[in-house]
Amino acid sequence: MSESKSNAGLSVFALKCAVNGERTEREICSSRSLIEFIRGDLGLKGTKEGCGEGECGACMVLVDGKAVNSCLMMAVQLHGKELVTIEGIKGKGGGLHPLQKSFMTEGAVQCGFCTPGLIVASEALLRRNPGATLEDIKLELTGNLCRCTGYEKVLSAVEKARGK
Amino acid sequence: MDAKDLKVVNKPAIKMDALGLACGEPAFTDDMDFTGLLYAKLLWSPHAHARIKKIDVSAALKVPGVKAVLTYKDLPRVPHTTAGQGYPEPSPYDTYTLDNKVRYVGDRVAAVAAETAEAAKEAVSRIKVDYEVLPAVLDTFEAMKDGAPVIHDEEDSKNIPDAKHNIAAKFDFEVRNGEWFKEADHVFEHSWTMPYLQHCAIEPHISIAYFDNTGRLVLRTSTQVPFHVRRIVAQALKIPVKNIRVIKPRIGGGFGSKQEVLEDIVAALALKTRRPVKLEYTRKETFISSRTRHPATCRMKAGVKKDGTITDAEMEITLNTGAYGSHALTVMMCSGSHTIPMYRVKNNIRFIGRSVYTNMPVAGAYRGYGATQGFFAWECLMDMMAAKIGMDPVEFRKMNYIKLGEGSPVFKAMGEGREGVEQVITSCGLFEAIKKGADEIKWAEKKAKYASQSGPIRRGVGVACMMQGSGIPEVDMASATMKMNEDGSFNLLVGAADLGTGSDTILAQIAAEVLGIKTDDIIVTSSDTDITPFDVGAYASSTTFISGGAVKKTAEKVRDMIIEVAAKILDQKKEDLRLEGGKVVAKDGSSCSLPEVANTSLYYYNQHQITASASHFAHTSPPPFQANFAEVEVDTETGKVKILDYVSCVDCGTAINPVLAEGQNDGAVLNGISHTLSEEMEFSSNGTPLNASFRRYKIFSAADTPPLRTFIIPTWEPAGPFGAKSVSEIGINGPLPAVANAIYNATGVWLFDAPFTPDRVLAAIKKQAPSPAAGSVKLLH
Repeated sequence: MSESKSNAGLSVFALKCAVNGERTEREICSSRSLIEFIRGDLGLKGTKEGCGEGECGACMVLVDGKAVNSCLMMAVQLHGKELVTIEGIKGKGGGLHPLQKSFMTEGAVQCGFCTPGLIVASEALLRRNPGATLEDIKLELTGNLCRCTGYEKVLSAVEKARGK
Repeated sequence: MDAKDLKVVNKPAIKMDALGLACGEPAFTDDMDFTGLLYAKLLWSPHAHARIKKIDVSAALKVPGVKAVLTYKDLPRVPHTTAGQGYPEPSPYDTYTLDNKVRYVGDRVAAVAAETAEAAKEAVSRIKVDYEVLPAVLDTFEAMKDGAPVIHDEEDSKNIPDAKHNIAAKFDFEVRNGEWFKEADHVFEHSWTMPYLQHCAIEPHISIAYFDNTGRLVLRTSTQVPFHVRRIVAQALKIPVKNIRVIKPRIGGGFGSKQEVLEDIVAALALKTRRPVKLEYTRKETFISSRTRHPATCRMKAGVKKDGTITDAEMEITLNTGAYGSHALTVMMCSGSHTIPMYRVKNNIRFIGRSVYTNMPVAGAYRGYGATQGFFAWECLMDMMAAKIGMDPVEFRKMNYIKLGEGSPVFKAMGEGREGVEQVITSCGLFEAIKKGADEIKWAEKKAKYASQSGPIRRGVGVACMMQGSGIPEVDMASATMKMNEDGSFNLLVGAADLGTGSDTILAQIAAEVLGIKTDDIIVTSSDTDITPFDVGAYASSTTFISGGAVKKTAEKVRDMIIEVAAKILDQKKEDLRLEGGKVVAKDGSSCSLPEVANTSLYYYNQHQITASASHFAHTSPPPFQANFAEVEVDTETGKVKILDYVSCVDCGTAINPVLAEGQNDGAVLNGISHTLSEEMEFSSNGTPLNASFRRYKIFSAADTPPLRTFIIPTWEPAGPFGAKSVSEIGINGPLPAVANAIYNATGVWLFDAPFTPDRVLAAIKKQAPSPAAGSVKLLH
């Protein structure tokens, strides 16, 4: 078991996982949520918290390739898994990802607070379904709220990145 | 000059912060770590109206890690407004950082700062409060009656016109040219209502207060109004303005909600603890305890002649401002001043406005700023009149809308919180906007097709036209500073607050256009009260028009300084030189580069920094115009309304950046559509919010979004920078009336209460039966 009691009586967990392609081992408090782990312990600030209850999608990350709301997951659930945050979304050769490019050129980034979550969710979809239709994209992004764009330019950005 | 001469402006430059944001670079208030950070939590009132008889914080102070607990006893009692408006603010001074009275469920009671968020929460739960619960009033019309509970019974509040009747703001005016409705063949009167609505910026309200190495208080905060935050926090906590620095990092949406100064409490906690303190609202707190749109009842009465002349118009608007009067006067006045001038009214105009205190959440600025409430009524009434006289709604609007060169007595009579300014329309693309929209939605074809329908599923088309302003004339002021670097790049310092709108980018485009360079040779620093010059902030659709004007003037001064130096280098007359393609070019073809100019000024000739500042304010507020068209499908058995197509044609003068302008409009329109079909804050009978979460307060997601098309209709506004007017707010005003009018076209049923949820639509259809074609229009003549 990797769980033990710390001096303060808090339950401590030795977490092993991969973060953006690098194997990581961390001792964490068992009650830590995944987003607290990402923003607080890993210092990766691209993942945002908009509601803390899994409704807005600003905190979306990939866990084993699947888009999840990191505010709803405990950090311990990452044990033995691969985490990819927005900082780990890269194109071929390590440059900009096609989604990042198309979000920029299509004008899909306004305030940008929901952008990391939207890109992560779109990446999960396009990995799973490279030929996703507009309807597929709309459905996939239902869990990512954006108040700035009206989604029009977000949807065209995802369509542009499709197949790249 | 016109748009075809432009090289940088009116082109789709990529938003300069887009790369960092798309890669998740730290950019927002909470993306910076602070050593020794304390976490703030507030105790919120569970009562709609109560006096604090006793408050005991001793148990809270004993919670390990707690560093401060503040109640009203610990703070100066300074009546102020949280409305981040120009000084002196037209909103009543009726708010205290903490008070011995609470006026709505969610009002501040006490504040805690602790080493962890958990400890702060625990301490909040241990504050013992003995409340004397007072009778509460939740309804605006009840609140105005004699004997209603008086919400602001304190003696030290200021500028409340009638506290005894809970009236936070009132404004009436009348233009009289004869007997009311004498010439009218038909007179219509009805009331339209709008509920409590939330901005739903995805980044909640967040501020971090800390001290710099000289002991000055720094507020890193998600705000639209950094300079007003500095002034109002100084006022509320009685500290000098010079001791405060406000920094606005990237902010995750505002829509008006962050035109509100709520930073006083986190500043007070920092002052008490001398430690950095972070206050971040939860989503629930953002719903309840930040700000909302003013719920409204808008009664309109208008007369029309058979030939389509509008004879008289009267608007009576009653806004619910909630427990405090933030923006109470100005939103109310804008509900008339931005709407009534839309159409010519031949004889009489009357406006009666009240903003009323209730024991409900506090309303404030929200995109549209009253015009949303006013246009719902005015644009539906337009369709009622058109239907009665048998005129096509599009033709009726074309006949009556305010034309180029025309004014309105309303412009002068009603400003924002005071008298307005006289103005005539100096640019108007509404004719083209209406034509384009009608073509795109296939207005004539669909009107004909939908004239005879049977079965439970009915389709219809609707139109609405709108206007807004571009800044507040003779009130809003912006300034900018530029300086030139050795490599021919420039720093542009602006007070303007980019809240995700892209204003940093469009302001750089304006400067680049003047200087004949590329946008990416401009480095923009915005919204830091220590570094950037003053700007009122991002509100009133002012940034492009007012801040853009300041940037243009600044860049022109810099251009003149560059030409001065280049004239020496090239041994040419100044008037023979122009800036083009990163060079100064003479008539004879000789040229020098901008780095050469910069280095000459810095190191060789009459050594000086090429730098300039300029300020800008305006004497008019040129309105942008829009025509919106909606096609809907109504299931008359379930009441469900589906928007099949939505077209929005916008005249914003020159779009400085067409992609960003379209994006502004798409977002505004979808927010309006979401208001139309879904959004409404719900409350229990004692004023407790019931749906303060994204799960239960439904805003539109990608899957809900109908096909939405924005078309920019170019015009040239002579008063604006490179012909530009505003674009950010206007689009939110269209969907309610356009969809209501489309539902009428589909079913013969008018809807008066937003949102048009299936239950409301079904109830209206049932009420209407059995003669759906007659409409529910109340005919007075």
